Amino acid sequence: MADAETNLPGTSAVEIKNDPRVPAELNNNVFITTLDKIYNWGRKRSMWPMLFGLACCAIEMICTAAARYDLARFGWELMRPSPRQADLMIVSGTVTKKMVPQIVRLYNQMPQPRYVIAMGACATGGGPFKEGYNVVSGIDKFLPVDVYIPGCPPRPEALMHGFVKLQEKIEKQSLRTVSWYQPGGDDVVPVPMLGPDMVDLRRSAEIAEKTRA
Amino acid sequence: MAEATTPVPPAAKTAARAEKAEKKLVITLATMTPEMMSLQEHFGADLIQPAPNEGVLIADSARLADVALFLHDELHLESIANATATDYVKEGYIELVYHAQHITGGLPLCFKTRVPRGDADTVGLPSLTPLYPGVEFQEREIYDLYGVRFNGHPDLRRILLWEGFNGYPMRKDWHEAYYEQDTKPYDSRWPGGTHRLAEERVPWADNVNYPPNFNPDEYKGIPDAGLYDTMRAEAPTGGPTDTPFLATGIQTDELIVNMGPQHPSTHGVLRMVVKLDGETITDLKLVLGYLHRNHEKIAERNTWLHNIPFTDRLDYITGMPNEMGYVQGVEKLMKIKPTERADYLRVIMCELTRVASHFWSIGFLLNDLGAFYTPALYFITEREFVMDLFDEITGSRMMNNYMRFGGVARDVTPAQFERIRYLVTDRFPKAIDEMERLLSDNEIVRARTIGVGYLSADRCVAYSVTGPVLRASGVPYDLRRSDPYSLYDRFDFDVPVLYGGDVYDRYRVRVLEMRQSLRILEQALAQIEQTKVGDIQAGKKAYVHRVPAGEVYSRVETPKGELGFYMVSDGGQNAYRYHVRSASFINLTALKEMTVGMKVADAVVILGSLDIVLGEVDR
Ligand code: SF4
Repeated sequence: MADAETNLPGTSAVEIKNDPRVPAELNNNVFITTLDKIYNWGRKRSMWPMLFGLACCAIEMICTAAARYDLARFGWELMRPSPRQADLMIVSGTVTKKMVPQIVRLYNQMPQPRYVIAMGACATGGGPFKEGYNVVSGIDKFLPVDVYIPGCPPRPEALMHGFVKLQEKIEKQSLRTVSWYQPGGDDVVPVPMLGPDMVDLRRSAEIAEKTRA
Repeated sequence: MAEATTPVPPAAKTAARAEKAEKKLVITLATMTPEMMSLQEHFGADLIQPAPNEGVLIADSARLADVALFLHDELHLESIANATATDYVKEGYIELVYHAQHITGGLPLCFKTRVPRGDADTVGLPSLTPLYPGVEFQEREIYDLYGVRFNGHPDLRRILLWEGFNGYPMRKDWHEAYYEQDTKPYDSRWPGGTHRLAEERVPWADNVNYPPNFNPDEYKGIPDAGLYDTMRAEAPTGGPTDTPFLATGIQTDELIVNMGPQHPSTHGVLRMVVKLDGETITDLKLVLGYLHRNHEKIAERNTWLHNIPFTDRLDYITGMPNEMGYVQGVEKLMKIKPTERADYLRVIMCELTRVASHFWSIGFLLNDLGAFYTPALYFITEREFVMDLFDEITGSRMMNNYMRFGGVARDVTPAQFERIRYLVTDRFPKAIDEMERLLSDNEIVRARTIGVGYLSADRCVAYSVTGPVLRASGVPYDLRRSDPYSLYDRFDFDVPVLYGGDVYDRYRVRVLEMRQSLRILEQALAQIEQTKVGDIQAGKKAYVHRVPAGEVYSRVETPKGELGFYMVSDGGQNAYRYHVRSASFINLTALKEMTVGMKVADAVVILGSLDIVLGEVDR
């Protein structure tokens, strides 16, 4: 069951056959590859998304995971209700100011490596409700987003396409450079606060400056 | 094109538009119905006057409770369907609007009263919660968004926003950070404008606004004191931590647990705060607003037509009935009627939605019972057939944007009718049979649901509960029958009623309703043959609608219950006031009474049986 991706140059079965490092009787059982490749190959096929829906887009997310579109074909179906067990957050819907602190807290609780997909117009940039007083203009103002999926709501096919794009991104990562193995790579996002309006604590100096009467 | 026309300064244009609107504002007083007359007779013509457009006006807001008592006890208006407010900023008052109704059907009685804007959050007016517990959340919403104080309300706190939020956002003179102009189309965009991103116009490049001298570093946040303190205050004397439990000296703690807003069972971003004694729930409070998307404020800026797609996103499982309620209301104001074919198409779409929505809700009820996802898969598969049809007919699976004032957007082809017929006569009846075989006599389902979440008929009516929840408690109330709209008086169908008042009967009522929907669909599919193909729009298609001044409360029976649109037009291109009375929101008022005394695991099931959708709860 050699996977297409393992048949990359230097790893194909033919070359292994001729590799002097591999004994002849193991020729059909051993693959030689790089650590990055095997690491990424394993990760990208077993993403555990967080079971977490915000608005209308969540309904399409549920449909994508259901029998007809069957996300399980890609190894993505194991939705975990606990952020501790998840490594992908799908922000599926309108992000409101009241909800932002919880979303950021959930993100911080996810173990690294963690990824974020912004699903739909709302999570991407505010969507139809952008002008509303309780709506934030996209989750990327708070969290690092890996993949944006346009649509209102994106169709299940579009969501799957987003997943594939994320796989492509994961494939390109290298153990040597990924942030979570670097010293100080624990990028915890400060949780916004609810005051007279939503307060992004990273910008408190600017807020204090500009509100000075 | 933009250069050809000399641009008029936006301010002048806005002023001209406002002037025009003012001229159009003709005030017609409501005609008095017999019930209003008897009210007037009892209280005198000084206190009870005919109100502009609709209903009666109570001249002295302090006497609101007396009038309500009379309505409740003498006129037997058992429940208040809708309570809301309108801010008349020029006139300087906030008008409170209530729609009371008989549970036996008929038109609701509208009564109004006014408070000066300055007094609203200091003096306030009497709360109607002692008489009509169903207004509890609605009054909190008015307090939250309009800043009207209700004296005697048991728990008057902000509901959709958070404590400490600056201002009352639905007031007409309160402007959001991205505010550009009162009404659309904005002068910066049309005609020939060049628009700038909202982010570029505001000081923080973000959708926020702070009062002067606000220093976030010194701000400590406002604790959820109102929420937790009231729950703790009800603990037995001695405080929650040292209640002696048994004579043996074992002490138990009462535990306050938050479920949500991220929780696999809460059907979206709802937060339940429960107080537990062991596994038993002794108190429950809801925290809403995590999906408050300011639908009403945005809709008051939108043009009438512009607003149709927004209604799809209210209860995003049932887009079609939402559109129908809105479009019908505007048609009533415009005094037009859709063509017959369009009306049939609307009924067909709405009933297909009802079947799909009930499939969905039953699937997820099982989820809540612990049968995680597998049973739901069967029902989602059935729903997909409806989604495919909608996709083909309207261009979108969920957000259909199909209905128009006076008609619908597209006709249905004979081949599509054939598919609907196949679903209605073959596929769905079999699927429902299968579902019943699987569930109705299933021992686990019965053990977990019978007798759970009981709510009596009286309490349902008092809490203004509607939809399958009400009918499972033995009240035969369905707007399609009790206040018929569209073509529902042409079909032969039953209103299923059961008497258990528990989760099991709510499930059963939904099943029976699906069968009745199929019956309606069969008749509609036969009758639509007699209408003219392609005749789907009354009058000309138009993009600009001027809706005559007036006021309307239009309601439809969605799969969740009564969905009402209260709209005030001042004769312009936009609604002056637009309010959504949603079934999911008001049904939640009764959740506490259903859950107290039950186990934690049951709370999840009871919530599932209410079948709420957060888009409609928080709007
Ligand atoms: S993008 Fe559209 S469908 Fe998705 S949450 Fe926003 S409004 Fe709903």
